[in-house]
Amino acid sequence: MSINERTTKHEVSRATGDDLARELATRALADTPIWRIRLRLFRRSFARNWALFRDNKLGLVGLAMIAIFAVMAIIHPILMATVWDPAIYDPVVGYDSVAVEVTVVEEVTDPISEMEYQEARLRFGPLTSLGDTVTVRLQPAPPTLAGDYPHFLGTDPQGRDIFSQLLYSTRAAFLLGAVAALTTVLFATTVGAIAAYYGGWIDGGLMRFADLILLMPLLPLLIVLSAAFSINMVMLGLLIGVLNGFGGTAIVLKSQALAIKVKAYIDAARVAGGGDWHVIFRHIVPNVLPLTFLFMMFGVTEAIAIEATLSFFGLLNVPMTWGVMINTAQTQGYLLSGTDFWWLLFPAGLAVSFLAFAFFIVGRGMDEVINPRLRAR
Amino acid sequence: MTVSLESLRTRQIDPTKPLLEVDDVVMHYKIKAGEVSAVDDVSFTVHQGEAVGLVGESGCGKTSVALSLLRLLPSNAEYISGEIRLDGENLLALSDEEMRARRWKDIAMVFQGAMNSWNPVYKVGDQIREVLDTHFRGMMSYDEQRHHMERLFGSVGLPGEMLDRYPHEFSGGMRQRAVIAMALACSPSLIIADEPTTALDVIVQDQILKELKRIQAEMGMSIIYISHDIAVIAEVTDSLGVMYAGKLVEYGPTSEVFARPRHPYAYLLLRSTPSITGPRRVLAPLEGEPCDLLRPPAGCRFNPRCPFATRRCTEEEPPLLDIGGGHKVACWNHEDVPALEEALQR
Amino acid sequence: MTAPAATPPQTKPLLSVRDLEQRFPISRGMFRSPNQFIHAVDGISFDIAPGESLGLVGESGCGKSTTGRMLVKLMEPTAGKIVFSDAEYEKDVAKISRSGVKEFRRRVQMIFQDPYESMNPRRTIFDTVSEPMAVQKVGTITDREQRVLELLRLVGLTPPESFLFRYPHELSGGQRQRVAVARALVMNPSFVVADEPTSMLDVSIRISIMELMTNLAKDLGVSYLYITHDLAVARYMCDRIAVMYLGKIVEIGPTEEILANPKHPYTKALLSAVPVPDPSYVRTPVEIKGGISKAINPEPECRFIQRCPWATDVCFENVHPPLEDKGGGHMAACYLVDA
Repeated sequence: MSINERTTKHEVSRATGDDLARELATRALADTPIWRIRLRLFRRSFARNWALFRDNKLGLVGLAMIAIFAVMAIIHPILMATVWDPAIYDPVVGYDSVAVEVTVVEEVTDPISEMEYQEARLRFGPLTSLGDTVTVRLQPAPPTLAGDYPHFLGTDPQGRDIFSQLLYSTRAAFLLGAVAALTTVLFATTVGAIAAYYGGWIDGGLMRFADLILLMPLLPLLIVLSAAFSINMVMLGLLIGVLNGFGGTAIVLKSQALAIKVKAYIDAARVAGGGDWHVIFRHIVPNVLPLTFLFMMFGVTEAIAIEATLSFFGLLNVPMTWGVMINTAQTQGYLLSGTDFWWLLFPAGLAVSFLAFAFFIVGRGMDEVINPRLRAR
Repeated sequence: MTVSLESLRTRQIDPTKPLLEVDDVVMHYKIKAGEVSAVDDVSFTVHQGEAVGLVGESGCGKTSVALSLLRLLPSNAEYISGEIRLDGENLLALSDEEMRARRWKDIAMVFQGAMNSWNPVYKVGDQIREVLDTHFRGMMSYDEQRHHMERLFGSVGLPGEMLDRYPHEFSGGMRQRAVIAMALACSPSLIIADEPTTALDVIVQDQILKELKRIQAEMGMSIIYISHDIAVIAEVTDSLGVMYAGKLVEYGPTSEVFARPRHPYAYLLLRSTPSITGPRRVLAPLEGEPCDLLRPPAGCRFNPRCPFATRRCTEEEPPLLDIGGGHKVACWNHEDVPALEEALQR
Repeated sequence: MTAPAATPPQTKPLLSVRDLEQRFPISRGMFRSPNQFIHAVDGISFDIAPGESLGLVGESGCGKSTTGRMLVKLMEPTAGKIVFSDAEYEKDVAKISRSGVKEFRRRVQMIFQDPYESMNPRRTIFDTVSEPMAVQKVGTITDREQRVLELLRLVGLTPPESFLFRYPHELSGGQRQRVAVARALVMNPSFVVADEPTSMLDVSIRISIMELMTNLAKDLGVSYLYITHDLAVARYMCDRIAVMYLGKIVEIGPTEEILANPKHPYTKALLSAVPVPDPSYVRTPVEIKGGISKAINPEPECRFIQRCPWATDVCFENVHPPLEDKGGGHMAACYLVDA
């Protein structure tokens, strides 16, 4: 076929334009295992996607924020093992208080000072007299760097170090986010792909079930569940994941899978002899996967927010999270005194907001990689 | 059913007078990777009442030429140089406002994919009325508009009551007829038809093309047909331009170009079109990949794919030269092409 | 009732289709059983001989793609028989069980219309072409690589090594369609359904793909069912042409015979409407009425009757005419055509 020979001249020049392709062309599968080639291909496509992601500055900021939180999570056990005395710094059972010298009222002039004097006598013994200097052990204590045991962010009403609690809880937040996100993706892609591929009553059944879950108010449901059962972080992650995965995310992924199902390569795979599972897991799922990553990011955001809410109400069986920190401040009435006890509220509150926000903007950045229409030309 | 268009504006035409002169138009698209020279130094003239065809493969710049004429280019496009004169007036020098007034009234368009030309939530009649409102504000009463639109529909073979239907109630062919009716609404002197029948079945395509031809003759309009379908262009045009990689490589009377294609690309393109008539001749395939407009090759843009390319082709860019009788070719070796053609057949 | 089919001169057909039918119910709400059906394919019969290519030609919606999908078992017919038989294998396609499908897939393949959609964008050319081997567990990975390289070379993608680990988006439309041809041929099938494989390609590339397909068919002894709306393309690709109109085959016969001497009024109209790439050629118009009708619960008489300019009492009084031999293997479904 002279025609084909002539064609080749141009196709070669086109084909060899790519370094990796040229390199791979020199290798036979006999001496290079296929997984290694796939790894190279994966690395190349990752590099390309990364280049696209990098263009989105907001996404990078999000990634940097997540990295900071990750460092926080990693550093906590190290600090506990080295410089921090567990008796003082343990986020749950540690205790410390700051000794402050105060003077008992010098002179009783009005009912208020009379009351203060009586109170001092009750606390420090009947021998306490006017003008005495007594040592008060203060908790919650404001941030201090002084003393043998500095508390960067002060202590909570039970004398526990806030900074330690903050670091410790980061790990829990990541764990929760990961469990929730992975469960969401697992269920949503499977449900979505199966509903789209089979259609008919399978689709109808799964989607009505998804509607049901979607319409069920998530937070009240979790409140009821957590009241009935003792829920820890992993269970909460699974619960959020399952509810999300069967609900809204499944519906979105199904519509995406539906768009893929009608592509000719699905028919081609069937003509090649591929069974239903082959088509679903080799062709449909890999093509909805980028979108599932996006929803995974948004899922993390949601899980962190839900956890904070439930802990705030004290409904979770967890020793310490950001939500529990806020809950502690709230149950002991410190939230009512405005910003006087800011260190009880802001570190945990901001951590929740920032981590959730970080995952959210990373998701938006990924959206631009996945969705070419959003890309700036 | 068909109403004569006598009642619409009918022009006295002089086929020797130019209507549209496209002069050395250069247009680039700016994209992230650089500048795409989508239209490069394109010149041709459309005479009054003439049907001109532009053929070429996807990405050759034929649609960009159409959009340039209408000044409907996307925002990343930039006119580098050249003039487009309609009745002697340079369209590129007009303000946006003035150009808007020219569109539909002087130049109308029939686009590919008639479904997208219609807004699905309005009746077809109301959408045509909008055009009339824009260009004949206060000059036509409601009833006159209706009457005019019914005549327009009649002229393209659609019953007047279809005006009260929504676009989705039309079949593909009817929708394209309605698009033509809308293009005729202001009796333009020039219609640009970009792949007007591409999505249609062959019988419907035939009907629509006949309709367009008849209307063109009756109204004394000029039409620029843009298509990748060489057979369609062969049938409906008087003159023909072949485009490759943003360049006009051959231009001339359709019968002349078909009988004696002198640019190797035009030659291969015309010879690679299968036909149901005549002997079943060997089709000439065109090798290689289309030109990358971001990095066009030096010299003639066709040289990497050209079976006749010589050294000169890779160094110097051939100009579009008249080889007699209005037949223009941009090829250094156009005189040798017939001989080479024979060599290739063997 | 079994309609007689156009039998080519050869002995045993590779594919024998009898009274094939596909009806799609028009859903009228959840709990009502449908009483309206689109007769997409309405009792068609034809044979394809080994090594022969048959062109299935018609306008959009005539049922030609549906027919193709049924032949490769992407869709089950509502009635009728498709018997496929090559050397040692004979099966009624509709009756192949789930476990037998893979064996059938080795023999029958398909090439799709859109080269941009017929390949999974996330799989390399190697994965795409070797997919039939992979799902049918044929050979080791190095065997597969050898076979893929061989085929890529065969379809003119050289050096084949440089294409193995590229992704579809790195290839041009013409190159992709070559890959699609390679994928269809990787299992050495004896029959390939090609659904408008060149209609999305540019003119110049179209010819090279057509040439490639005919050459390979000749070399490898593959039969095609070539589905197209373009009679000119069918002329170059097919030994015989079958013209479909609203779910029925109205005419079938040797390609040049059909083009030179069409017998059915619809074929005549269709041929007269095809533009000719020759400005000096004047076509003889055949005027037919109206647009294409819908195939929803069609009337029993001739499908073409509403548009036929020559319809007479015979046509109105009888059911849709049978597809009959009008001489020399040229069959037409029309009462007005004499044998």
